[in-house]
Amino acid sequence: MFRTPEGKDIFVVDGHTHFWDGSPENQKNIHGKQFIDCFYAYHTGLSPKEQLWEKSKFEKYSAENLYNDLFIDGPDDIAIFQTTSLSDFYKNGFGCIKRTSEIAKKYPGRFIVNGAFDPRDGEKALEYIHFMKETYDIKGVKMYTAEWNGASKGWRLNDPEAYKCFELCDKLGIRNIHVHKGPTIIPLNKDAFDVHDVDHAATDFQGLNWIVEHCGLPRLDDFCWIATQETNVYAGLAVALPFIHSRPRYFGEVIAELLFWIGPEKILFGSDYAIWTPRWLVEKLWAYQIPEDIAAERGVQLTDEIKEKILGLNAARLYDIDIEARKVEFANSPSSIAAE
Amino acid sequence: MATASVSGSREKELWRRLGEVNDPELDEPITEMGFVEHVAVTDDGGVQVDFRLPTYWCSPTFAFLMLDGVRKALDQLSWSPAYRVKLHDHMFAEEVNRGIQAGKAFGEIFGELAGALDLAGLKETFAIKAFKRRQEAVLRGLRQHGLTDRDILAMDLPAYDVARFEPGEAAKQKPRYRAALLERFPDRQADDPVFVTWEGQGIPVGALGAHLAELRGVRVNMEFNGALCRGLKQTRYKELDVVDGELTLVDFIMNRVPARAAPTA
Repeated sequence: MFRTPEGKDIFVVDGHTHFWDGSPENQKNIHGKQFIDCFYAYHTGLSPKEQLWEKSKFEKYSAENLYNDLFIDGPDDIAIFQTTSLSDFYKNGFGCIKRTSEIAKKYPGRFIVNGAFDPRDGEKALEYIHFMKETYDIKGVKMYTAEWNGASKGWRLNDPEAYKCFELCDKLGIRNIHVHKGPTIIPLNKDAFDVHDVDHAATDFQGLNWIVEHCGLPRLDDFCWIATQETNVYAGLAVALPFIHSRPRYFGEVIAELLFWIGPEKILFGSDYAIWTPRWLVEKLWAYQIPEDIAAERGVQLTDEIKEKILGLNAARLYDIDIEARKVEFANSPSSIAAE
Repeated sequence: MATASVSGSREKELWRRLGEVNDPELDEPITEMGFVEHVAVTDDGGVQVDFRLPTYWCSPTFAFLMLDGVRKALDQLSWSPAYRVKLHDHMFAEEVNRGIQAGKAFGEIFGELAGALDLAGLKETFAIKAFKRRQEAVLRGLRQHGLTDRDILAMDLPAYDVARFEPGEAAKQKPRYRAALLERFPDRQADDPVFVTWEGQGIPVGALGAHLAELRGVRVNMEFNGALCRGLKQTRYKELDVVDGELTLVDFIMNRVPARAAPTA
């Protein structure tokens, strides 16, 4: 729960968190090392100085660190785990579902565990989706279209084999598809962050919600256009939000575009923990106002009401979270006690 | 003494040439982005350039375009030196280094990986973005200066050239927009309006706000990449340490990577 300076309690759903192991012991190859190094550079590049972590902790942090940073020191009420397998880079996967599920079990009610699959695995991917639904009762998945798989160095959401997987998700009630658009490296003629495959998939699967992480940046204009056309496309703020510290005016331009095009109901907060911790992000977001000239040009404001939607209400709707019930539940088992 | 001053002025010329090479995606000079880690001019005039991108995964296409730009910049040096250009710590470093050294074209370096890459089309996309981003900065600068939209849109090249800005983004982009305009419309007349769309259409006075909003969208995307690249480049190879009681990012391979030489003014 985040308590505002005025004393109001805001329910926070952190739409994007990880529990990873990027340690040298788990790295399979140079790519695994470069991957966590790149994450660490994001962390050091955009965090306030007093929030910086040592490299070794960043590579592999404990469940206690995680719980504390999100729920005790941090304002989260519920956090969504995004599984990131990266099995070509890490021996036991980077943030595998088995590991995150164990933590989720340890702290009941706090985590929503999303799965992941790779459509390029064909029949096996379909079996795996069944397995995840039966074993973990997942409500969502994280898709990382830039992931390597043998000779393939990336895929598209509207590939035929991906469609088979989404049909199954739809059937099984796995409704929330988080999409991470990363740089597709090979073949080189594919646009690194092209988001048009989201448009196809969202049109063809109206029953699924498509949450595009880091709001499609650096293709914000394309993303906004698509999200405006498609009622089932949402913007995840992970990676865009930390700019609120290092480049607040720039963040104002991004959030103003989002509010102008897709409106306040379709923007979701996400810390991308452990790249960033939620406390400073939420505090800064609450204190933030879009610079006047930008707000005037786009005719939008980031009001408290809108902030509350972004911080929790929107995600609660997608994940069927009964906020009032959960508030009572958490009040009866305070997080500080649950942590012990 | 004479030798020192020769190599000093050569180094200056070298930095100036390198400063003309842009990151195509960001439309910012590679020297300002910090991608040029190190340069050296040896006694016999030979040139070495060490190049490093923010991540191991940076687009190989863009890496090639930049190094191709570096290659062309070095070919223009007044003393026609032999040179060595080296890309460090990139997943395609070996292929790119070998290809650049041998003067190969993109398709020859990447072969099948390149697929049907339309480099010309890609370059045009970048040219459009650069044109718009530069124009936006100047337009906003002029508005801030208190000019009316009518005055701004009536501006021709002579009027444009006498406009002055305080140091800042508009001042920086003013000559760059001019260059982009002349490159886009080589046959334009001196009294044609300076601010037109990429397609060459005039902008109605009442539509400048909407036009600026569109340009902002272009810049917001480019800035995202630029800011991330800058941040990542600054912190790549750095780890957290406590120095004199202060949390500090320390370059942990300081002795391996050539130190970044600052361009001499």
